[in-house]
Amino acid sequence: MKKNKLLSAALASVLAASLFAGCGSESASSGDTADTSSAEKITLTNVSYDPTRELYAAYNEIFAQHWKEKTGQDVEITQSHGGSGKQALEVANGLEADVVTLALEYDVKAVQDAGLIEEGWVSEFDKDSAPYTSTIVFLVRKGNPKDIHDWDDLVKDGVGVITPNPKTSGGARWNYLAAWAYADNAFNGDEAQVKDFIKKLYQNVLVLDSGARGATTTFVENGQGDVLIAWENEAFLSIQDYPDDYEIITPSISILAQPSVAVVDEVVDKRGTREAATEYLSYLYSDEAQRIAGDNYYRPSDPDILQEYAGTFDLDINLVTIDDFGGWDSAQSTHFADGGVFDQIYEQG
Amino acid sequence: MHKETFGSKLTKWVLIVISVLFVFIMLVLPLVTVITEALRSGWETYKEAVADEYTVKAALLTVEATLAAVIFNTIFGLFAAWTVTKFTFKGKKLLTTLIDVPVTVSPIIAGLIFVLTFGRQSFLYPYLEAADIKVVFAVPGIILATVFVTFPFISRELIPVLEAQGTDEEEAAALMGANGFTIFTKVTFPHIKWAFLYGVVLCAARAMGEFGAVSVLSGHLRGKTNTLPLHVEILFNEFKYVPAFAVSSILVMMAIVILIARSVIEYVGKKNGD
Amino acid sequence: MKKMHKRVIPMFGLSMGVTLTMLGVVVLIPLASLVVFTAQMSISDIIETITRERVLASFRVSFSTAFIASLINEVMGVILAWVLVRYDFPGKRILDGMIELPFALPTAVAGIALTSLTSDKGMIGSFFARFGIKIAYTRIGITVALVFIGIPFVVRAVQPVLEKLDPVYEEAAGVMGADRSRIFRQVILPEILPAAFTGFGLAFGRCLGEYGSVVFIAGNQPFETEITPLIIMSELQEYDYSSATAIALVMLIAAFLILFLVNLIQSRNSKILGR
Repeated sequence: MKKNKLLSAALASVLAASLFAGCGSESASSGDTADTSSAEKITLTNVSYDPTRELYAAYNEIFAQHWKEKTGQDVEITQSHGGSGKQALEVANGLEADVVTLALEYDVKAVQDAGLIEEGWVSEFDKDSAPYTSTIVFLVRKGNPKDIHDWDDLVKDGVGVITPNPKTSGGARWNYLAAWAYADNAFNGDEAQVKDFIKKLYQNVLVLDSGARGATTTFVENGQGDVLIAWENEAFLSIQDYPDDYEIITPSISILAQPSVAVVDEVVDKRGTREAATEYLSYLYSDEAQRIAGDNYYRPSDPDILQEYAGTFDLDINLVTIDDFGGWDSAQSTHFADGGVFDQIYEQG
Repeated sequence: MHKETFGSKLTKWVLIVISVLFVFIMLVLPLVTVITEALRSGWETYKEAVADEYTVKAALLTVEATLAAVIFNTIFGLFAAWTVTKFTFKGKKLLTTLIDVPVTVSPIIAGLIFVLTFGRQSFLYPYLEAADIKVVFAVPGIILATVFVTFPFISRELIPVLEAQGTDEEEAAALMGANGFTIFTKVTFPHIKWAFLYGVVLCAARAMGEFGAVSVLSGHLRGKTNTLPLHVEILFNEFKYVPAFAVSSILVMMAIVILIARSVIEYVGKKNGD
Repeated sequence: MKKMHKRVIPMFGLSMGVTLTMLGVVVLIPLASLVVFTAQMSISDIIETITRERVLASFRVSFSTAFIASLINEVMGVILAWVLVRYDFPGKRILDGMIELPFALPTAVAGIALTSLTSDKGMIGSFFARFGIKIAYTRIGITVALVFIGIPFVVRAVQPVLEKLDPVYEEAAGVMGADRSRIFRQVILPEILPAAFTGFGLAFGRCLGEYGSVVFIAGNQPFETEITPLIIMSELQEYDYSSATAIALVMLIAAFLILFLVNLIQSRNSKILGR
């Protein structure tokens, strides 16, 4: 008897669990249809990259308020975060995004190449459609025991460097290009010497993680290496958790990392959300939104508001842009494509 | 039982010690690491991460996908094991190999092939679009991916047992006029019930933890298509190291619940059986 | 001869039909699209893609670590299954219950946890570091991660067979004076070998494709610790679908051949055993 009771109890709980799951999915899907059919409320999907969650969590709130004041309509924003390149691929493959807010222009271009975004999106919004920017800095252990101040310190013997693989991490391409920009300046454009510098730098790389977050874990949690090459906003996030263990070093030359935003034309036309999607991105340039960006350690693209954050960011840094590399297509094919410079520095042995 | 000699006793304890050590180092330590990391910032942070609205939604989706995978693979596993072990036919080895293939497909590729088949680049996409069916970047895609990666788990548990058992009993029953269903429930199933249970548990555990394939197919829509492993990844990538481990620990606990349930069923069943 | 054997057991058509339909929908059609996509490349392009030095190096890393890891799992799996079925000792149920836990842990979490344990600052890693052995960020680290994710395959394949195996034979052999190692080799091993092979094949295949846990522990240095799935991932990142699918196809064919071989050995074994 007792055993039968146990068995039936087990069965009942399994049944209950499956019913529960069934209900959960049903209510979720009915919620979806209500969202689209109701004229009162619209939904937008923002496909973004990894460390922008808090930025957009805060921004979505002020935007919802702004949109309500402007049109009287409620707006709900669904966020999606992931590796920038992967996110772009997913949108190209049918993930219904009204707007994309990705780490680099090249990734938005991939969505354009799939036929979802019309040409000319770069000039649709101010500052090349980059409402906030960042740059590449170094994170070192407290007290800077290896005395690292600039890029040429990274190629010294015995310095362990941590940076992600630029072939798998879109963000890490900025790291590589920033180093290149420094060497290009230091050696007056002598390409052989520049390549040699980059080669030495990557020979000092102890762990080539597949993504920026993995590299941070390697450096912070697992204690590998002496210096982490990272995006400025991510470096700030790391020292936020461990203020006594790390410090940020800003090199003399770095690159202006411009995360790009764009409206996904095909999706907004199909869903009838163009107006809201466009407003969603242009409101990113408002003073409040710019301050939210600054609070989340992105550099506001509005120069006046950037000055408000002079205490946080090193504004004297000499920043090159992707245009100095002839744009992303050229940078991509020269450096990161199969057989490109990045492959060569490993293949020479 | 024949008497245990000194030699056999020694072997016994050496083997037990090896096993326990292996399991401790390879299994227990990593799990302990997960739990300690999860609790590193204290109980409050842990509760906050676990009770988060999106965590709960992700957990529900994970349960849903797991149940779907178990049900689908149970049906498939029973039919496939029966087909492969009770009959002789041409191409049997090819069939059994094909059943195993999903395990060996890299999860990324598993996700990729569904994107290629049902995504925007596929020739099927216009039809799916017209019928308003979303497969990729929606719940069906997640279920499909989960079913795919756990596909052979149940059949694979059943086949060796049925093979070791042979077909004599079923043939005898068939000659006595029993129909297929009766043969299966009365003759075959009693032999395979424990292997079947193992298979279900294996399948459920793997389905819960599946990350790679689902990650390619989900689109990471927060609150809509995020499973627990994906939620862990997102937290991790947002520099929320501790909450990521806290959410992982939910998966560990779900697995422990399933494993305890299995032990109970097995214990009760075997006691009744003997 | 085989064709003469009449099928006495009913339901062949039905069960075959269901099996093939489900297999087709879930496995064959999606795999076909992989082939179709790769076929858009010319043969020479495919060969060029898969014989790039870096890709070849990654094949070497992936195959060697997967093989060693499955071998370790094979031996440990048989021992574990044996201990769990044949011996009684305190804590046996707990040991038994834990075997599937590695499956439920998302592979990325497993990778992060294992890396923090085995890096030279970690609990296990610092011990080995004293002898100059590095685990994390080397091929040893990759192997450790693969052992972790492959544990349940062999154990759970062998265990049910051992349970069905009647101890009477062994006892008879023992009574007739055969020593223990002979009993094991001649009576038990042939019985569990097919299952053990299946487990090995599955573990090997799974290890070959594993990505999530390995990328954290591997260090990912090209030519040294870069695994093939990572290369596939970087091709995808460059939006180069055809290169990615070509390399994926090689992995798939290799895995398929290994499994096929395992199945051949398994059925030959059953034949030797007179079934």
